[in-house]
Amino acid sequence: MLYRFARFVVACTVLLILAGSLVTSHDAGLSVPDWPTSYGWNMFTFPPSMWVANILYEHGHRLIASGVGFLTIILAIWLWIAEPERRWLRWFGVGALAAVMAQGLLGGITVLFLLPPAVSTAHATLAEIFFCMTVAIAVFTSPKWKAQADPVDDARLRRITTATTAVIFCQIIVGATMRHTGAGLAIPDFPWMFGHVVPDHWDAKIAVHFAHRLGAIVVAMCVVGSGVYILRRHTDRSELASASLVLLLLTIVQITLGASVVVSHLLPWINSVHVVVGALVLTTSLVITLRSWRVKFSDPVRPFDTARGRPEPVEGRPKPDSTYEDGIRLPPDPGIARRPA
Amino acid sequence: MRLRNARVFVPAVMVSLAVSLAACGGGQQTSNTSATPSSPAGTPSGQKVDTANAGTVTGTVTLDGTAPKNEAIKMNADPVCIREAKGPQFQETYTVGSDGKSLANVFVYVKDGLGNYVFDAPTETAKIDQKECRYHPHVFGMRVGQPLEILNSDPTLHNIHAMPKANSEFNTGQPIQGMKTTHTFTIKEVMVPFKCDVHGWMNAYVGVLDHPYYAVTKDDGKFELKDVPAGTYTIEAWHERFGASTQSVTLGAKESKDITFTFKPAVTTTN
Repeated sequence: MLYRFARFVVACTVLLILAGSLVTSHDAGLSVPDWPTSYGWNMFTFPPSMWVANILYEHGHRLIASGVGFLTIILAIWLWIAEPERRWLRWFGVGALAAVMAQGLLGGITVLFLLPPAVSTAHATLAEIFFCMTVAIAVFTSPKWKAQADPVDDARLRRITTATTAVIFCQIIVGATMRHTGAGLAIPDFPWMFGHVVPDHWDAKIAVHFAHRLGAIVVAMCVVGSGVYILRRHTDRSELASASLVLLLLTIVQITLGASVVVSHLLPWINSVHVVVGALVLTTSLVITLRSWRVKFSDPVRPFDTARGRPEPVEGRPKPDSTYEDGIRLPPDPGIARRPA
Repeated sequence: MRLRNARVFVPAVMVSLAVSLAACGGGQQTSNTSATPSSPAGTPSGQKVDTANAGTVTGTVTLDGTAPKNEAIKMNADPVCIREAKGPQFQETYTVGSDGKSLANVFVYVKDGLGNYVFDAPTETAKIDQKECRYHPHVFGMRVGQPLEILNSDPTLHNIHAMPKANSEFNTGQPIQGMKTTHTFTIKEVMVPFKCDVHGWMNAYVGVLDHPYYAVTKDDGKFELKDVPAGTYTIEAWHERFGASTQSVTLGAKESKDITFTFKPAVTTTN
């Protein structure tokens, strides 16, 4: 149940990121000039009849953000109650709550200070961090995570997947900087750059835009590299192989969208979907990374009940050896600790 | 052993998240710091203009070529705007007279040459109205220290967002029809753009000067600068898309001079 709720929070956060990117894409960030009020009204009593034009995007973003904040409070409390064995996960939930609160404050500050690029970029960056935290919570609370009796133990895989996630995160920060400094069309043509392979003149905006295009190539190389490694070395591990294929597909879609943003001259919806898919690329890579690190987590392993599709409850089941509480992998007893087929 | 790894891993992630946030949040700028006022109109040390011996600069702003088409405005996002502004709507970027050559909405002003003349503070209030989901006027001039009355005549919400470089930026909401706000600019600046973030098509420009020698061309492209003292001046004509063009004019006592500015659609020229 907690896992389902965590997934629901993840879905709502995707919606929140879409709403936030629509605000920037429509240049609607200052359409509601005050904060935390909306044109003097309490945010929750602002009449819907006044949600016109760009106000719809900005006010809608604020309401969805409030909803996600409320859900995160529930999630943090739920984790605190339901996860007595994993204290670190309890605090991780508290961290997610702190992140979403800080995110709300940053959103307010950027409105009150008339969208300074540094604050707006920080707002966009923290959005990605918070999204990663919600996805990580969903992973940590998933039945398969808990039932993972024989996780992959491959140090090189861990290095590759971590590096890929870090590269994608950096690319998203560059993208956010580009959006919030108005550099989205600093290089107006694609695939060429002012008709050349490399721009023939430079300024700060062109440099940021160029860095984002270059970053896309680096991300694509990392994604392909990690995908090839996983498919060659761990092709039997569906939790890694399937996710790496999804990551590859999302990256192709994302690069296509990025090109479309330039060709369409920043069409708002294409621009916004580009932001959302970017976040999905990041979190898919994060999921692969976390799974590659699963062996380093000391979470108690619970045998997976394939018929019910979830780990068996601890109660009423004989403890296999005395190693159960220590978090050490279970002995290879097919009846107790076997990954689902 | 693994428990220890997780205990190290999770705080490390948290710290790295905090560091990345702090790194991005650095360098925050505040754009609403008080601007230092420029010399106000009426500095005691200067001399006053002798209007009895002053001259006049008149002129016309024309377009050398065909005016580009104005961008169509879609007001679908706000039903009130569709109701208030009837018929097809277009931007006012390129407004020309019936001859197709005279260019309107050009801000013409004395850019340089006034020396230490001082001027009486303006008594009237400059005004800008948000009506039919457009700004009226689209281009205008006002004085440093002169109150600007911002009115919302529409039965819908507007925010007026000024984006100056020298003066302080501001963004004020006006959700109720008939609301008025007053703002004063403290530094001369040509031009200060206005926009409405609710209705992205709404834009206007104001030239803020420390003297009264400015005008905005009408549909006939004509302008007049009255009571200009004898001297040599740089006159500038500014257009929102064509840019600025300057001319030097020497004016004798009680003399009138007529000048012409010509803009080309692709290139800004000086006569």
